[in-house]
Amino acid sequence: MTDRDSSAESPADRSFEIELKLLIDAIYLKYHYDFREYAGASLKRRLLAALERFDCATLSQLQDRLLHDTEVFPQLLDYLTVQVSEMFRDPDYFLALRQTVIPMLRTYPSLKIWVAGCSTGEEVYSFAILLREEGLLDRTLIYATDINTNALARAAAGVYSVDRIAGFTDNHRRSGARNSLSDYYTAAYGRAMFDKSLRKNIVFSDHSLATDSVFAEVQLVSCRNVLIYFNRELQDRALGLFSDALCRKGFLGLGSKESLRFSRHADAFADLVREQRLFQKQDFAA
Amino acid sequence: MSAADFDAIVIGTSAGGIEALSRLLPALPAALHASVLIVLHLPRDRPSLLADLFAPQCALAVCEAEDKEPLQPGTVYFAPPDYHLLVDRERDGSVVLALSSDELVHYSRPSIDVLFESAADAYGPRLLGIVLTGGNQDGAAGLAAVHREGGRCIVQSPDEAQAAYMPEAALRRGHADEVLTLAQIAERLSRL
Ligand SMILES: C[S@@+](CC[C@H](N)C(=O)[O-])C[C@H]1O[C@@H](n2cnc3c(N)ncnc32)[C@H](O)[C@@H]1O
Repeated sequence: MTDRDSSAESPADRSFEIELKLLIDAIYLKYHYDFREYAGASLKRRLLAALERFDCATLSQLQDRLLHDTEVFPQLLDYLTVQVSEMFRDPDYFLALRQTVIPMLRTYPSLKIWVAGCSTGEEVYSFAILLREEGLLDRTLIYATDINTNALARAAAGVYSVDRIAGFTDNHRRSGARNSLSDYYTAAYGRAMFDKSLRKNIVFSDHSLATDSVFAEVQLVSCRNVLIYFNRELQDRALGLFSDALCRKGFLGLGSKESLRFSRHADAFADLVREQRLFQKQDFAA
Repeated sequence: MSAADFDAIVIGTSAGGIEALSRLLPALPAALHASVLIVLHLPRDRPSLLADLFAPQCALAVCEAEDKEPLQPGTVYFAPPDYHLLVDRERDGSVVLALSSDELVHYSRPSIDVLFESAADAYGPRLLGIVLTGGNQDGAAGLAAVHREGGRCIVQSPDEAQAAYMPEAALRRGHADEVLTLAQIAERLSRL
């Protein structure tokens, strides 16, 4: 047998893999978004969904549209990235932050926090509210970054459908809330608009964990449900950025099913609250 | 069907699934070479106790899947609640577990189709797919993918299933090499 027949895949699927690689390369060359090291299986599913949405029979057709019609890419970006979020998602994470991390953050005269992959802002507003309740918001600068600029614009607006508020309120309460969530928004016409003063100290910016570098020294990085979309190499790149951005003894929080166990950077962090995926940067002997 | 045929076994079930698995998983032999990946539909907002429930009944290690975990032979992995479980191949060729919070499929996350389709891509003919009792059509498209990539497909007999809809849908839409009772499936597994 030659190398050529050694593939176990069926012929149709083999073409799909080729087209997928070409499409991802085309996106990188034309739009400088790098999806080359994303986890393959879920990326494939999302592209299959995009084929239906854009009414294309093959990824080659989609690639053709993508290269020649610049309006297609921003729409495709919503398929390539996943915008699922909630306020105080996994309340126990925020409770553990209040109980374990906040007391240590209080010792700093001023704070910088990086919420990486902030999507439409739910996580960032959760942080702003938590920090306000803990009396730290005024001395904190929050960097909220994502590659999806539509999502960033919505994050900066801070407006959510009121249908979602009951869930947010319940999560907030379970996170050790000191006030009622309704203190932080005004509702009108089916929408809840979060208080402008919450975002006074938030900087929203377009930043990719795949291609950009560290931009500030921070005391805490929260990057939740982003790394699961990356393969191991890209996870390692992102974790390297976090390790570089964090100050000595800085804190890292991940999503509830994300772990450092399989990463090259596992030793750079120690468990702080294991079940809540809160870690602390380790000192190394020089 | 012999011990050396499969690198992985994927199992999908919903209503009645805990009971069905209590009959199948204890049958898996301690020396099993394949990894076993399971999606059982459960409420999305509660931690799952499946690994704790089944570990004492099994000769194999039983755990909840973690993202990027390299697949170990002879280990049973459950999809965590509210995440899809997929199988991915890393650049170095190693096969790892992957989680995603992409949209629900057939109102479910985790979804059986998502697991089966990605496993079919990763394992091709070296995969065994099993659809058991359940109340919706999740798993049918997944089983079709397992078959398309050359894997082997077993469906629990709908007559015997606590909820017949899922195995029936799998038979209609998917493909079955064999339609078997739980006792027969357990017997097959014990010989792997
Ligand atoms: C599922 S959302 C997570 C939202 C929020 N952190 C949470 O846990 O609720 C994933 C986000 O990661 C963003 N993302 C994907 N690739 C990225 C990259 N290379 N750099 C930064 N953000 C990225 C997506 O645009 C999306 O907004």
